[in-house]
Amino acid sequence: MSAVTVEDHDHHDHGPAKGLLRWIVTTNHKDIGTLYLLFALLMFFVGGSMALIIRAELFEPGMQFVDPQFFNSMTTMHALVMVFGAVMPAFVGLANWMIPMMIGAPDMALPRMNNMSFWMLVAGVLLLASTLFMEGGAPASGWTLYPPLVLQTGNALPFAIFSVHLLGMSSIMGAINVIATIFNMRAPKMTLMKMPLFVWTWLITGFLLIAIMPVFAGAVTMLLTDRFFDTSFFDAAGGGDPVLYQHIFWFFGHPEVYVMILPTFGVASTIIPIFARKPLFGYASMVYATAAIAFLSFIVWAHHMFLVGMPMAGELYFMYATMLIAIPTGVKIFNWTATMWKGAMTFETPMLFSIAFVVLFTMGGFTGLMMALAPVDFQYHDTYFIVAHFHYTLVPASVFILMAAGYFWLPKWTGNMYDERLAKLHFWLSAISVNILFFPQHFLGLAGMPRRIPDYAVQFADWNMISSIGAFIYGPSQLIFVYIVYKTIKGGTGEKVTGEVWEGAKEQSLEWTLPSPAPYHTFSTPPEEIPTMSTSR
Amino acid sequence: MSTNDAYYIPNKAVWPIIGTGGLMTLFIGFANYLNGNSVGLTIMALGMMIFIVMLTGWFALQANESESGMYNHGVGISYRMGMMWFIFSEIMFFAVFFGTLWYTRNLSVDWLAGIGDGPGRSTAMLWPDFEAVWPTNGPGNVGGEFEEMGAFGLPFINTLLLLTSGVTCTWAHHGLLAKNRDQLIKGLIATVTLGFVFVACQALEYYEAYHEMGLTLGSGVYGSTFFMLTGFHGLHVCVGAIMLSVVLFRSWKGHFTPENHFAFEGAAWYWHFVDVVWLGLFIFVYIL
Repeated sequence: MSAVTVEDHDHHDHGPAKGLLRWIVTTNHKDIGTLYLLFALLMFFVGGSMALIIRAELFEPGMQFVDPQFFNSMTTMHALVMVFGAVMPAFVGLANWMIPMMIGAPDMALPRMNNMSFWMLVAGVLLLASTLFMEGGAPASGWTLYPPLVLQTGNALPFAIFSVHLLGMSSIMGAINVIATIFNMRAPKMTLMKMPLFVWTWLITGFLLIAIMPVFAGAVTMLLTDRFFDTSFFDAAGGGDPVLYQHIFWFFGHPEVYVMILPTFGVASTIIPIFARKPLFGYASMVYATAAIAFLSFIVWAHHMFLVGMPMAGELYFMYATMLIAIPTGVKIFNWTATMWKGAMTFETPMLFSIAFVVLFTMGGFTGLMMALAPVDFQYHDTYFIVAHFHYTLVPASVFILMAAGYFWLPKWTGNMYDERLAKLHFWLSAISVNILFFPQHFLGLAGMPRRIPDYAVQFADWNMISSIGAFIYGPSQLIFVYIVYKTIKGGTGEKVTGEVWEGAKEQSLEWTLPSPAPYHTFSTPPEEIPTMSTSR
Repeated sequence: MSTNDAYYIPNKAVWPIIGTGGLMTLFIGFANYLNGNSVGLTIMALGMMIFIVMLTGWFALQANESESGMYNHGVGISYRMGMMWFIFSEIMFFAVFFGTLWYTRNLSVDWLAGIGDGPGRSTAMLWPDFEAVWPTNGPGNVGGEFEEMGAFGLPFINTLLLLTSGVTCTWAHHGLLAKNRDQLIKGLIATVTLGFVFVACQALEYYEAYHEMGLTLGSGVYGSTFFMLTGFHGLHVCVGAIMLSVVLFRSWKGHFTPENHFAFEGAAWYWHFVDVVWLGLFIFVYIL
């Protein structure tokens, strides 16, 4: 790493460009991080509205508001928007903002490509959203886009496929940038085992993304040629096999769910030690556990396909391999708990969300372990049990931690303190309603209610109604977050925060050694001292 | 303005948004074309034009910045890492299609013919007359009769062409390192020429397949895997040859020094990558 940073030769001012253009042509990691985060927040509400349409239709048995085709489009688009438009971009936004500041770098390694990866994301989401208004409706096959069903999509199919291509390119470029930044831009004293865990988890996530996004691109390309160019990849009459698509999709899809959870782990590992006022327990084991989870994610994919008719050896192998994942995940849960053990804990909103994450993610993990058992999965497969499982690992885990990250770093980003009282209200409404929303779905699934249907037998009525009530509390509660963010940007509580913001934070990670708000350019010269309280010393 | 120990960070970038717009236009045009909309091709052409303008502009910008000494060693490492990981993503893209070929030949065609104790047990009743052979266009005889593509005609010549081009590329690199501009330019001309001759041979092979052998993209799963694997590879040869052409043009203009020539290295790595993919194709698609 170099000692000094040089600016564009014909621009001697160190500030951003003027007006709206600033946001279009920016190469600054903080600007691009802000764009990613705001875009993700917007998409969180777009995807959330789709979820509310689903829950409104399922409030009572019978058909109420939408026709079945549109209902299926909603389940599909809700998933695609939330995965590719909300959760992944939100973590890329955090990576952009925080990684250079955490490793003492002046910016991301490839700033122009950074800009391009954001705008490709927008282009991809625009193409995806446009399918809602097309003849034949948006894709209605579920986000997995299984053939032959997805091949019956109307005009939307090629748009959805090209949208996946654009989103994939965006993710690959973002991931390449993160990896190059971490390997090449660290401050001289920032050795690999002194990096904050958020940086470590993103390094491994970046590798996952580069390995899997091309795989998804290949799979949907074959869908495109099967539909429009007479190929027979997934058509048994021509010697192909629709199950092949499922294998390729889940070779992408399983690591993909870890793309959404590994940075979650990273943020939790950053927040918990600060509010427990203790070093993170087992830093090195956290790094190795993350790597182990990433490795295992590549060799367990067919546990999504226990009912598809695999040979017995396949069922057994994928069952045992999947259960192995519980070991490194258990190491992580143990370490977070041990970090809090006998800590001088305070319960500011980021910590509340993090504790809720540890508890509720553990529940989502346990239901995952249940479904890893092939004979048990035969009953749960494609019921509301799986819906409850992955929503527990995504909403009160990834989304809660994203909220925690927002509250945790907003004072650093804006220089203002958020309204703690409102934030606590947001937390308690979310934590209670998310359980009203998703916990009953376990019972529905165990009783046999299939997923992705707009109507159901009357014995499922009670729990569905409770679940929908939870949804209509959870969804609007998130508007409190928008209000708090807006108010904090506009001055917050009026209290100016210090650079450190949280007591003792300076000893945990580099970003707290900077002033709040963080200046437009930081670490033009690398930091002299590296905080090592929570890493290896 | 810049010094050798400074990591260059541009203040703004106009080409990314233009490139994104071009690519999006291209995709919208293509999707419209596939849906049978006549304006599709026009929109595609427009998108392609914007994309080419972006490539030209962005390459020129980078070349000028590089030549004016704005990139130090650290920037060079970032670019090299970027290229390495990009090539890794391309390897994963080809892995999908090689995996498809493996799965089809070793598992699903057998199952269709009722072999094995897995899915084969039920499909045997669907097509009792179907036998597991390779190549196949499936129990439905999709696409009609066809001939298999042999390995030792044009494909073998193509293998020699690409292997030779790998050697000439390395020879050019040695020229660059030894400050022998003449050797650099000759080596690059040879490499690019061999690349385009390869593409021409591939086109000839496709022509024969379509017009004399009855082998098309629609010839069941054999035609699908054959044309997708070789087609995407051919596309990557074109991209690599275009990269090398840009490098050749810059060599003519006197760019690159033995210390500073990332563009050459990146293009050369890419070229060796398409070479290796071809060797995989030659073995698994043509010979076996």
